Amino acid sequence: MPAEFAVELRDVVKQFVTPEGANLAAVDHVTMQIRNGEFFSMLGSSGCGKTTSLRMIAGFEWPDEGEVIIEGKPMGHTPPYQRNVNMVFQNYALFQHMTVFENVAFGLEMQRAGRKEIITRVGRSLDMVQLKGLDRRRPRQLSGGQQQRVALARALVNLPAVLLLDEPLGALDLKLRKEMQLELKALQQQLGITFIYVTHDQEEALTMSDRIAVMSLGKVRQMGTPQEIYERPSSRFVAEFIGESNFIDGRMVQISKEAAQVHVPALNMELSATPISGDLVAGEDVIVSIRPEKVQITNSINEMPNHMEGTVEKTVYIGSDTHLIIHTGSQNLKVWEQNRVSRIDPHAFYSSGQKIQLVILPENALIMKRE
Amino acid sequence: MLQKLRENRSSQGTLLALPTTFWMVALLVLPLLLTTVISFGKRSPDGEVIYTFTLNNYIRLAGFDPNCPPADGTCFNPLYLQILGRSLSLAFNTTVLVILMAYPLAYFIARSHPRKRNTYLFLVLIPLWTNFVIRVYAWMMLLRKEGVINNLLGLLAGWIGYDFKPLEMLYTQGAVLVGMVYEFLPFMILPIFTSLEKIDNSLYEAAADLGANPIRTFRRVTLPLSLPGVVAGTILVFIPVMGTFIVSDILGGRQVILVGNLIQRQFLDARDPTFGSAASLILMIMTLVVTYFYTRKFGFGEEIVAA
Repeated sequence: MPAEFAVELRDVVKQFVTPEGANLAAVDHVTMQIRNGEFFSMLGSSGCGKTTSLRMIAGFEWPDEGEVIIEGKPMGHTPPYQRNVNMVFQNYALFQHMTVFENVAFGLEMQRAGRKEIITRVGRSLDMVQLKGLDRRRPRQLSGGQQQRVALARALVNLPAVLLLDEPLGALDLKLRKEMQLELKALQQQLGITFIYVTHDQEEALTMSDRIAVMSLGKVRQMGTPQEIYERPSSRFVAEFIGESNFIDGRMVQISKEAAQVHVPALNMELSATPISGDLVAGEDVIVSIRPEKVQITNSINEMPNHMEGTVEKTVYIGSDTHLIIHTGSQNLKVWEQNRVSRIDPHAFYSSGQKIQLVILPENALIMKRE
Repeated sequence: MLQKLRENRSSQGTLLALPTTFWMVALLVLPLLLTTVISFGKRSPDGEVIYTFTLNNYIRLAGFDPNCPPADGTCFNPLYLQILGRSLSLAFNTTVLVILMAYPLAYFIARSHPRKRNTYLFLVLIPLWTNFVIRVYAWMMLLRKEGVINNLLGLLAGWIGYDFKPLEMLYTQGAVLVGMVYEFLPFMILPIFTSLEKIDNSLYEAAADLGANPIRTFRRVTLPLSLPGVVAGTILVFIPVMGTFIVSDILGGRQVILVGNLIQRQFLDARDPTFGSAASLILMIMTLVVTYFYTRKFGFGEEIVAA
């Protein structure tokens, strides 16, 4: 019976000694359960512990505390070459003294596969990453994107239970990166292999992942689907790290299970909003987080909840969207409007000083604990 | 003039190469030509060179006496061939031993903490601060009949009541081999270290990740990637060992004569520069041939160095 999870980290701690001699927990009591066949991302800025976590799964590092479990088996001090996982390295780590074919064949040779099997499987996996016909080249004779594909083929040819990817697209240019994102996702779905993907690029994580763990300072801050992470960030940190948000201080007036009223002095009003954490109480100081694209600009002045009037301070045209700064009460709000109609005539849009009406749906105003 | 120079890249290159070219022509190409010419000459009874064309010196090297009737086989004397063979095998043995000793040390230094690395390299280089000849003499002190090693062994034997006769270590091939290995070890350690140090740690990790245990990682990744260092070290060791005469002179005495000693004696003691020149050229050709086949098999490692 296959294990329930492809990889589990149980309360894992990894400490490093800083050059000053202090102990630093790169990974600080991290627990994660990564399901079979899942595209799982660890997202965070450098030093958040994501790469160290990945390296502990690969076996390059061993946890000081806690346990790494792969396919139900506790790994303990199992060396990398005895783990059923493969890694795509950030710098690709291709063997320069071998051809593309030899690079991809390496893992199969280590498993002592037969010559015939090696030729078929290497061929198939080079096809898969669209490198047909380049098998006799040396890695150095390939472009960055092609080298990336060799690294991918070299790992996937072994059909590991889990594929670990350490910022594999970091060195590619934006366009190629977007292409590869879709390709990686398609490949993962086609093969059904569990992917664990480490990145600092939030868009990359949102595009590809089934689930994301947002990490900071060695801890998991939030784990969930891209929608959960973006639409229901559990803390100001997550809301700030993924996408942008307006943060407004307020005080809880009244709270029930789904709805709550928050008094917001800066807007001089009471907002109907959605509580994120369950343990908020009336009278508590809180923050309200509102995504800029969720603020609606309306023409009708009617009795909708969370309706307010504001003055346009500044507009920035960025092609697909227009970013506005709107002054309301004593607060500046970031508001993003999609350019659904042509903005070729600048006067057709908002101009500074113009009065406009804003509406924020209660489900888009999120109440968080003040940190 | 300066303006023109600034615009013309190829004449800039010529100008930059000029001093070295002059140096090489004056001190390498011309002397080499001269050596070649002399090697075909004859020695006058008072040790002067008579410029002529004769193959006598080469015939002598091959072991035949030019004054002997060719049909008479008794004139064959393989002395010089033996010297050449001895030089070749000693250079080969030295190189192999030096590789075997240098590689583990270079590996250890390359994988040590960057802060300690410089200390280790410094320690490797310290012997080079002492004169080459003095270091060889130091080995004499160690290997002599009344030398340090024999004295220590004698002391040890005295304790356990064993009847000890001092070992004859000096003036043997072994002594020359030990001296050569000692002298040339740093020239193998440094290039191997350099090529090992260049190997990115992620390559070891990639190999392990793909299922290679440490032994297979070494065979498939570490060794091939450090081969350029071994090749460079071999060239730095093999060629000088082929030609040097100081080590064999001091530690080998009259017992171990190498091509280097032969050449030196022809120019100084025997005062026969024509024969000395012929031996020099043969030495050079032998070295070139060995190096050629060696690098053709292993390359200069430029492919990997370029990466």
